[in-house]
Amino acid sequence: MEEPMDRVHENMLDGNAAAGILDEIFGGEMTASPTECEHCGREGELGSLLTFTQAPGLVLRCPACSEVMLRVVQTPDYTYLDVRGAVYLRLARR
Amino acid sequence: MKRLLEWQIAAVKSIREETYRTKTLTLSLPSWTAHRPGQHYDVRLTAPDGYQAQRSYSIASEPERTGEIDLTVEQLSDGEVSSYLHDVLVPGDRIEVRGPIGGYFVWEASLGGPLLLVAGGSGVVPLMSMVRHRRAAGATVATHLLYSSRTPEDVIYADELHELQAAGDGLRVIQTFTRAQPPNWTGYARRIDAAMLSEVAAPLGRKAQAFICGPTLLVEAAADGLVEAGLAPERIKTERFGPSGGTA
Amino acid sequence: MTERFVSRGFLGKHRAAAAANRVPPGQHAVDDFPVLSAGPTPRTDLEKWSFSLEGELAKPARWSWAEFLALPAQEFVVDIHCVTKWTKLDTRWKGVSVDTLLEQVELRPTARYLTAFSDGGYTTNLPLPDVVNGQAFIGYEYDGKPLAPEHGGPARLVVPHLYFWKSAKWVRGLRLMEKDKRGFWESLGYNNHGDPWKEERYTGD
Ligand SMILES: Cc1cc2nc3c(=O)[nH]c(=O)nc-3n(C[C@H](O)[C@H](O)[C@H](O)COP(=O)(O)OP(=O)(O)OC[C@H]3O[C@@H](n4cnc5c(N)ncnc54)[C@H](O)[C@@H]3O)c2cc1C
Ligand SMILES: [Zn+2]
Repeated sequence: MEEPMDRVHENMLDGNAAAGILDEIFGGEMTASPTECEHCGREGELGSLLTFTQAPGLVLRCPACSEVMLRVVQTPDYTYLDVRGAVYLRLARR
Repeated sequence: MKRLLEWQIAAVKSIREETYRTKTLTLSLPSWTAHRPGQHYDVRLTAPDGYQAQRSYSIASEPERTGEIDLTVEQLSDGEVSSYLHDVLVPGDRIEVRGPIGGYFVWEASLGGPLLLVAGGSGVVPLMSMVRHRRAAGATVATHLLYSSRTPEDVIYADELHELQAAGDGLRVIQTFTRAQPPNWTGYARRIDAAMLSEVAAPLGRKAQAFICGPTLLVEAAADGLVEAGLAPERIKTERFGPSGGTA
Repeated sequence: MTERFVSRGFLGKHRAAAAANRVPPGQHAVDDFPVLSAGPTPRTDLEKWSFSLEGELAKPARWSWAEFLALPAQEFVVDIHCVTKWTKLDTRWKGVSVDTLLEQVELRPTARYLTAFSDGGYTTNLPLPDVVNGQAFIGYEYDGKPLAPEHGGPARLVVPHLYFWKSAKWVRGLRLMEKDKRGFWESLGYNNHGDPWKEERYTGD
């Protein structure tokens, strides 16, 4: 991000905090899977992303550049998913 | 084998007071699955009008104990779910949970060590699952647990940690007390910092795998301190619990 | 369908009776001011801060912090409604009405919508008629003090008659547009308009 930001927010959690919802969406454990930040190229497990849950939706950000990698909104009827900020997600085949 | 993560209704088997602010709930699960130490369950409460509140709680028990799990919950003032679990829930009640969840912040004996565990307040919960499992599996990997509490009254699992350390199988528990110390205390009496982390981590060497858990600001400080102490960032895994005030 | 499980003795934290006709359906009144955050808090230096109007205008406009504070300001006492279901009554603000800002520029007739944009990358979209005639302001004081960073300081957009996600924190400008463009939450299942009295929470509500 261009402007100065606090590096830390006390509401900030880890990707683990999103593990339940990601499991629900993808049908399996996701937080040990690697992903890549579309903005800065950092690679790491989904569990290592910064997670914000005190918001209208769930937002996962890159720990290196703070950009949004993944967003989830759950309405009573649907799950909305935005993964534009991730170059890829890896799911196990079964 | 793929197992769908489903909500199930657990029975509250027993509730034990750990400290004046924490309680351990033992839940019997109709569909129990062995967890990996470090994993958590999601707890969901539903009001008669359909309103729901959902939170995550780490598993405190070891996977060697079958059919049931322990969750240890700290009561937050005005906390919606933690207050319900403390003030309303009684043995015999039923409660909706799903899990075990997560695959990142986990350690099993097969992963080896050395292990550096850093806890602040209730952040000791998932690390307790790791050391209980370590003991149950007969593992002897060098393990240092640095545990920060406000006062001696805030220490969760105090007696058990003492016993586990006394077994002499390579577990060392190092405590720091940030507000009040036991009489004649000669150990750490400050918040976790880089100097303290260096001292605790040095004997384990550069190959140590670190797990840090607790209130977000403590986790932040400890992770920075470990990097400063020379541990590679990819060897550090964190589990932030949120804004737990100054519980550690 | 299995019957829904109900947790014995659980009502939820704020189930108190809603204050008569000031709390929209599905909302509950709170006394505190919850902090919602979808990211870290930006800390822009006031020396570098500016507020811009751009897009469908004869000429764009830009104010430095000092210039912004010199604009005619007003006090506002408003009720705010967050889509996460809390309502806070009688919040007290000081700031500049969007009407005041728009008086300083010449709108093109094509200006029908706007996007509020913020430090940290947040955006939210609004129809122009929803921010004029005293309906929206850029607040920089809350309860007599400079607006705290966690609540969107130095300045945030406040549009009290819509859900509070429309009241962009850390706002840096308004882009006037001919066509509507969905913002951060509107593009991911949240209602494009967001009227709390009609419970316009999600797309399709
Ligand atoms: C993966 C994971 C595992 C967790 N494991 C445990 C565990 O083993 N034991 C445990 O006690 N907790 C654990 N937590 C924290 C737990 O999920 C809840 O956040 C906590 O119990 C507060 O919920 P509440 O409904 O009681 O409080 P809320 O009603 O949500 O909040 C009440 C007040 O406390 C503040 N608050 C919110 N979260 C916290 C927090 N974590 N600490 C302090 N203040 C907070 C709020 O801002 C608010 O002012 C874990 C969190 C995560 C993400
Ligand atoms: Zn990045």
